[in-house]
Amino acid sequence: MEREPAAADEPRPPGRRRRRRRRRRRREGRTRTVRSNLLPFPGAEDPTASAAKGARRLRRCGGTQHLADNRLKTTKYTLLSFLPKNLFEQFHRLANVYFVFIALLNFVPAVNAFQPGLALAPVLFILAVTAFKDLWEDYSRHRSDHEINHLGCLVFSREEKQYVNRFWKEIRVGDFVRLRCNEIIPADILLLSSSDPDGLCHIETANLDGETNLKRRQVVRGFSELVSEFNPLTFTSVIECEKPNDDLTRFRGCIIHDNGKKAGLYKENLLLRGCTIRNTEAVVGIVIYAGHETKALLNNSGPRYKRSQLERQMNCDVLWCVLLLVCMSLFSAVGHGLWVQRYQEKKSLFDVPESDGTSLSPVTAAVYSFLTMIIVLQVLIPISLYVSIEIVKVCQVYFINQDTELYDEETDSQLQCRALNITEDLGQIQYIFSDKTGTLTENKMVFRRCTVSGIEYSHDANAQRLARYQEADSEEEEVVPRGGSLPQRGSTGSHQGIRVLHRSQSTRSHRRTGSRAEAKRASMLSRHTAFSSPMEKDITPDPKLLEKVSECDRCLAFARHQEHPLAHLSPELSDIFDFFIALTICNTVVVTSPDQPRQKVRVRFELKSPVKTIEDFLRRFTPSRLTSGCSSIAGVATSKSAHKSGPSLLSTLANDGALLRLEERLDPQAPGLTSNGYSSGADGWAQHKAAREPEPEQELRYEAESPDEAALVYAARAYSCALVDRLHDQVSVELPHLGRLTFELLHTLGFDSIRKRMSVVIRHPLTDEINVYTKGADSMVMDLLLPCSTDDARGRHQMKIRSKTQNYLNLYAVEGLRTLCIAKRVLSKEEYACWLQSHLEAESALDNREELLFQSAIRLETNLHLLGATGIEDRLQDGVPETIAKLRQAGLQIWVLTGDKQETAINIAYACKLLDHDEEVITLNAESQEACAALLDQCLHYVQSRSPRSAPEKTASSMRVSFSPVCPPSATTTSSPSPSLVIDGRSLAYALEKNLEDKFLFLAKQCRSVLCCRSTPLQKSMVVKLVRSKLKAMTLAIGDGANDVSMIQVADVGVGISGQEGMQAVMASDFAVPRFRYLERLLIVHGHWCYSRLANMVLYFFYKNTMFVGLLFWFQFYCGFSASAMIDQWYLIFFNLLFSSLPQLVTGVLDKDVPADVLLTEPQLYKSGQNREEYGPRTFWLNMADAAFQSLVCFFIPYLAYYDSDADMFTWGTPITAIALFTFLLHLGIETKTWTWLNWTACGFSILLFFTVALIYNASCATCYPPSNPYWTMQTLMGDPVFYLTCLIAPVAALLPRLFFKALQGSLFPTQLQLGRQLAKRSPKKLRAPKETSAQERLPGEPRTEPSEQGSLGPSGSFSQDRSSQVAWPAQQPACSPEASGEPSVVDVSVPLREDTLLEGLSSQTPGLSSPGEVILECPGDSKMKPTSASRAAPLSSIFSLSSFSSLNWISSLSLVSGLGSVLQFSRSGLQMDKQDSEFLPSPLPPDQNLQATDYF
Amino acid sequence: MAMNYNAKDEVDGGPPCAPGGTAKNRRPDNTAFKQQRLPAWQPILTAGTVLPTFFIIGLIFIPIGIGIFVTSNNIREIEIDYTGTEPSSPCNKCLSPNVTSCICTINFTLEQSFEGNVFMYYGLSNFYQNHRRYVKSRDDSQLNGDHGALLNPSKECEPYRRSEDKPIAPCGAIANSMFNDTLELYLVGNDSESTPVPLKKKGIAWWTDKNVKFRNPSGDTPLEERFKDTAKPVNWVKPVYMLDPDQDNNGFINEDFIVWMRTAALPTFRKLYRLIERKSDLHPTLPAGRYYLNITYNYPVHSFDGRKRMILSTISWMGGKNPFLGIAYIAIGSISFLLGVVLLVINHKYRNSSNTADITI
Repeated sequence: MEREPAAADEPRPPGRRRRRRRRRRRREGRTRTVRSNLLPFPGAEDPTASAAKGARRLRRCGGTQHLADNRLKTTKYTLLSFLPKNLFEQFHRLANVYFVFIALLNFVPAVNAFQPGLALAPVLFILAVTAFKDLWEDYSRHRSDHEINHLGCLVFSREEKQYVNRFWKEIRVGDFVRLRCNEIIPADILLLSSSDPDGLCHIETANLDGETNLKRRQVVRGFSELVSEFNPLTFTSVIECEKPNDDLTRFRGCIIHDNGKKAGLYKENLLLRGCTIRNTEAVVGIVIYAGHETKALLNNSGPRYKRSQLERQMNCDVLWCVLLLVCMSLFSAVGHGLWVQRYQEKKSLFDVPESDGTSLSPVTAAVYSFLTMIIVLQVLIPISLYVSIEIVKVCQVYFINQDTELYDEETDSQLQCRALNITEDLGQIQYIFSDKTGTLTENKMVFRRCTVSGIEYSHDANAQRLARYQEADSEEEEVVPRGGSLPQRGSTGSHQGIRVLHRSQSTRSHRRTGSRAEAKRASMLSRHTAFSSPMEKDITPDPKLLEKVSECDRCLAFARHQEHPLAHLSPELSDIFDFFIALTICNTVVVTSPDQPRQKVRVRFELKSPVKTIEDFLRRFTPSRLTSGCSSIAGVATSKSAHKSGPSLLSTLANDGALLRLEERLDPQAPGLTSNGYSSGADGWAQHKAAREPEPEQELRYEAESPDEAALVYAARAYSCALVDRLHDQVSVELPHLGRLTFELLHTLGFDSIRKRMSVVIRHPLTDEINVYTKGADSMVMDLLLPCSTDDARGRHQMKIRSKTQNYLNLYAVEGLRTLCIAKRVLSKEEYACWLQSHLEAESALDNREELLFQSAIRLETNLHLLGATGIEDRLQDGVPETIAKLRQAGLQIWVLTGDKQETAINIAYACKLLDHDEEVITLNAESQEACAALLDQCLHYVQSRSPRSAPEKTASSMRVSFSPVCPPSATTTSSPSPSLVIDGRSLAYALEKNLEDKFLFLAKQCRSVLCCRSTPLQKSMVVKLVRSKLKAMTLAIGDGANDVSMIQVADVGVGISGQEGMQAVMASDFAVPRFRYLERLLIVHGHWCYSRLANMVLYFFYKNTMFVGLLFWFQFYCGFSASAMIDQWYLIFFNLLFSSLPQLVTGVLDKDVPADVLLTEPQLYKSGQNREEYGPRTFWLNMADAAFQSLVCFFIPYLAYYDSDADMFTWGTPITAIALFTFLLHLGIETKTWTWLNWTACGFSILLFFTVALIYNASCATCYPPSNPYWTMQTLMGDPVFYLTCLIAPVAALLPRLFFKALQGSLFPTQLQLGRQLAKRSPKKLRAPKETSAQERLPGEPRTEPSEQGSLGPSGSFSQDRSSQVAWPAQQPACSPEASGEPSVVDVSVPLREDTLLEGLSSQTPGLSSPGEVILECPGDSKMKPTSASRAAPLSSIFSLSSFSSLNWISSLSLVSGLGSVLQFSRSGLQMDKQDSEFLPSPLPPDQNLQATDYF
Repeated sequence: MAMNYNAKDEVDGGPPCAPGGTAKNRRPDNTAFKQQRLPAWQPILTAGTVLPTFFIIGLIFIPIGIGIFVTSNNIREIEIDYTGTEPSSPCNKCLSPNVTSCICTINFTLEQSFEGNVFMYYGLSNFYQNHRRYVKSRDDSQLNGDHGALLNPSKECEPYRRSEDKPIAPCGAIANSMFNDTLELYLVGNDSESTPVPLKKKGIAWWTDKNVKFRNPSGDTPLEERFKDTAKPVNWVKPVYMLDPDQDNNGFINEDFIVWMRTAALPTFRKLYRLIERKSDLHPTLPAGRYYLNITYNYPVHSFDGRKRMILSTISWMGGKNPFLGIAYIAIGSISFLLGVVLLVINHKYRNSSNTADITI
């Protein structure tokens, strides 16, 4: 019905239509109005429009807007528009315009140098090739469009009053679409109805962002309450929403019902095109945005085109060539003018007058000559250069794609090159900007340790198990048929072992069989279990904690029926219980069962939406219920659920413990999940579980939005506190003794990056209290704790717990763990009601909603009670330290820009060898602009003073005062590595200001590595931009998440990691790698090759053209500068295109100057690319000079050989052409480093082609090719010995010097690359050795420490060597001995963030290390050094790696030092602790700024 | 090739792919080509590796050069400049513009006899036959006997395309400026009786030119008939059909004409004028002795500082006398050999250091 008027619309005169559309657009404003298509047109909309249409209904809803339909059209051309449009686009390239201009110039008779038609040939050829390529691309786009446009889906039809099948392209805005499970959403649809009783719908957004977890979408408020099925015909509301935009994370609007009521629309109501419906049987929605207005397509920017650095330089050189061309032409023109002047009056016989008999004036002749020369010498600007480069790059991309060493078996993905034309940039990178999470690390979170109410549980067994995983992983990489590691894994012995066994078998089987389908299935399987690698799932519980948990559980089960069950627990146990409850429910994890993926485990008791209104609240929280704890709610619930969910739901049981429900009803799919399974004794739990484990249906799967959440939920499950069900209004937790506890979920305040925490508001089933569980970054949560008085014992105890927890948190951070604090708040009914009131207001606010919600959340999340903290490990990806070391050796500066906090970042940096323990770390944490400026000055002073390094002792000591190294500078003070810089987000913001950026950059340039913590995406891109523009350096940005997109886009080369966090980074990137470690090969091998190949090819191109043009130019001296050419026009035009193009292409694609293994073992070879050794101005001009020389030789040898002979022009020119060809090939031969059969073939082919073409051409027609008329020339030449003799001597003579100097240089001053090649040649055996050994090979003088060594070196080893020795090594390797990691005997206090808490822990926990004697030894040194530092005015407290020596000396020196008003991190002082405490705690910092910077003065 | 990454594929996806579908493993093939492991020869240019090349070049080039040099030296050649700009020259009289049909005689002596076929050339200097506008000024179709082109020559021939409303045949500046001196060679006998040396007119042009490229307009009628309605080139005295009484050497296929039409590459050139065929093995073609050259001086070159020469030369396997190539070969060969020696020294001196050299940074 909609299409009929649509057809009637078409014939309207376009002009009117456009006018109307323009008028409409003006009135449209900033919102879009969507009405149902099924409604008759409202009439009062637009008089002109309705008049024009008569009584016709508008085909589209609203009628006032031009809305895109759902047809996907990504093609650029239609059949008709192809030629003009494509030509138009091609002429945007200046080079094409130039060549066409030259070709057209040939049509001017006075100027023409060649046959005009012939001159057009190469341009047309190039244009045709490009056009064909475009056409082919467009056609493939068209085909895929067609396919997508003809997908079917159900659309409500007015005529048939039911859903009928339509193509996607026929969907229009305002249509009602019904989607079933596993269907792909065809357009952006507002969710109006769902088969889910809660009005929910789950979607998978993998197509959009690569995230495989389920996301929840909600039916528009007001429609979820509908009792009967949604009927599109009755939908009369009007939807007002934003104009189409590309923000995937935002959607706002409102729906106006007939009765004038408004309801807000949020992104939770919108189903985005491209997502897949999961877990929900059917949904109905109205189309809001269709086709190209959908957010998915607006986000699709298509492939990117960047101009590479080499190409930019090449363009510059092309301009030089143009200049050269103009100069030559001018010279020639002047010469011709003079020549004409000289011979004209002399009535020379060869002077040809104009057609009217008059002679040309010298000036006119000169002008003509100039133009003709430009045509004749046009070869200097190579027409085929751009085409050749494109071809070569395409081939390079192909080879990069084909490299099996860049193929990741786990994810079955290889490297993707998304940008086709910047491959050679990979070989010139100077700065790498890397994200941390997900890029350096796996972004697979593993629960490592936790602390509850001040007691640490180190989870040693877990650590051991993880270490074993790592071993197993590495082993898997080595051996392809990996059966052997099975028993090792099984030896864990616990139930996890069994599961691991199961899993590893399943993943291995496909590897062994190698069946592709099977592999695919396995990989799909693993995709479906996003964020649930075996590592996350299997946690070996800490026995102590497990004991406590079960005790808790037992107690509660016993005390369940009493008034206040939790009161029976000791505070510690109560905390533990709450801690695990919080771990389990304070998240948004969706529970699925594995045998039926995406099928929500449905155990419903009651249908009740979260509290939405005050009335609702009042109704549900009647005083009687709250006080007595006994209510009729169960009855209500039962009736309600029976009403809704029908008989499948069994009755729910309301205990006297209010909302506690016991598991009675079993899901048919999960019969084993009975409560009696848990009713046995506590000690039986583990065995029970182990025994039951093989039953696969037992295993619930958790789909989490972030890997941290999943890790925590799995951790809680290991403590038998299992999340079994989550609905939007309730969460069920399974405990062994208590059975199933169902928490009423009142609110979820989702995680956001500003608050850095999330909270849930629940009603506790045991106590019926309203609890808030908050989980968040420690810096945030610690500030929100209830201030505890120091008066009473309880408060002091709390204080102690907090300081201990903080202590442990720091410890975790030192270990590189991600820390989260768990806190709780008990709300009274009144408090809750009060908060609810404001929260609901905030929620319903139409504008400024985010701000209000934020305020509301802050009101709720205060006065928290600290429960504990968790340490989650984000494991480093495989090979990251090695890769970083290699890249470093390759001369790349690596900056890490992360949003993480400083401690975590620093520790990850240590773990991945970005920071070395023997190097200094300058930390910049400034509070204000001025402080930042001052700090920068100091740092610069310091760095500059340091560089001369007059006396080692002095520097070392001054360093100790002003910049204490993080770790003791190990004995190798002589080889001084440059310091590293750590800067936090706020200081970065200051440093990036206009007046400071130069200083900052200068400082950063001196540093070995730079670490920017807490940086926002914008800052990341600003840093990259700054380095790019100011240092003129080649930058590469690598990241995996949406927060890296801006930096990826700004950098010269953007690399995305196709990892856990979705596709956004990949979509924005130029190259996508599966893992960080592939960067090494990508840059060091392929980057180098690509650069070297292309650089040499471009140079060769310039050489070739210059040399060829040189031949013509020298000839001008002997033909009166008349722009005559002795080389036949055909040769002249096709020489570049045909005869000499293939060998250079082959070399440009295949040449390997240094083999891959040498490049990998000697990464410093990469520097040649960075320094532009192969293609810079110097090489360019040398190359040009050589070209000029060669052309001289190649011209004058034939000249002299044929001087005063009877050779005609082309009998003489053809040998020169042949000589040029031979010279080119020989020159290429000198330049080619690897000769494969392809090179030989290409060279042979070139020669053969030339002679064949010449023979055929010279025999084809006697009169056809005026004016050259080369009939039988080649044939005659072939019988002339002089031809051969000149062809032999000229190339040799031309190339002798080059060869000689190459040989000289290769012997006397070999470049690094040449040495590398020699190395490869001399010891091929050594290099073919396994990669592992070569990767570990150490270069002398490069102090690198292997992980194992570090572990063994330990504190004592370094201590003895070290003079200052303030600190021990941090246990930073996960593979370290569990003892070391378990007990913080070694503390690196590079993270002195909370002075108050840390000290306590430290003083008690560094027993072995710091004997008092050392302290005494230490202190005088420091105080002695103090004046020096003061006089230097470079006192900068940086990361003080003081452990527990809180010596007075230190403090005094510090306070002197920090007299600048800025304070950096500093080592805590025990004396000031209390003072700090009182200052610190109550003052909440702004949320974005963290606590590391403390103002001293 | 996977180069055209289509982002749309990601966004819109295809139809939902069934789990365990047929999607194949994306591992690239492990072939030598795709992995860039093709067997290859990897030369490294150092003194040690390159010096054999230099020696080989030297060893090959020097003998070749010597061979060529000797051959070239064995060629007898004599060159007689008859421009006549010098007052002493017998042809000086012909320079004045008012003299018509001037004949001058130049005496010369052959010190050695010329064996074998002797080629008689005329040489011009400072004559830019390779000038762009000059080179173009011809009509190959007309010269090939095409009737249409005969009567309507190509525009390229301007301004020598039409004369007195008739098409010029042969048109163009090249034909117009055809060399028109007549050279006759006389051997002065012992008794100062001179005998003319027989000069062969035919066989001096390329066979293909004479038979393929240049053709008279077809027809059975006499040549004059075929060329009616055409005008002679402005500078010519006789029309084209009166170039030679021999019908096989007349019109467009006159070999002097053909030779002239083959424009010379360089401003100093020679063109084959006549052949002096060897009479018998016993007698030299041109015995040593006194000769005189009878020149019908028509061609004005002195105005543009050109020079005219008559050259007699024998030929060898490699053509005419050319000392340059031999010298060049010897020189290049020697240089190459010398460089080879230098490299040898360097290689000897630096071999040890370069072998132990390692990549150091």
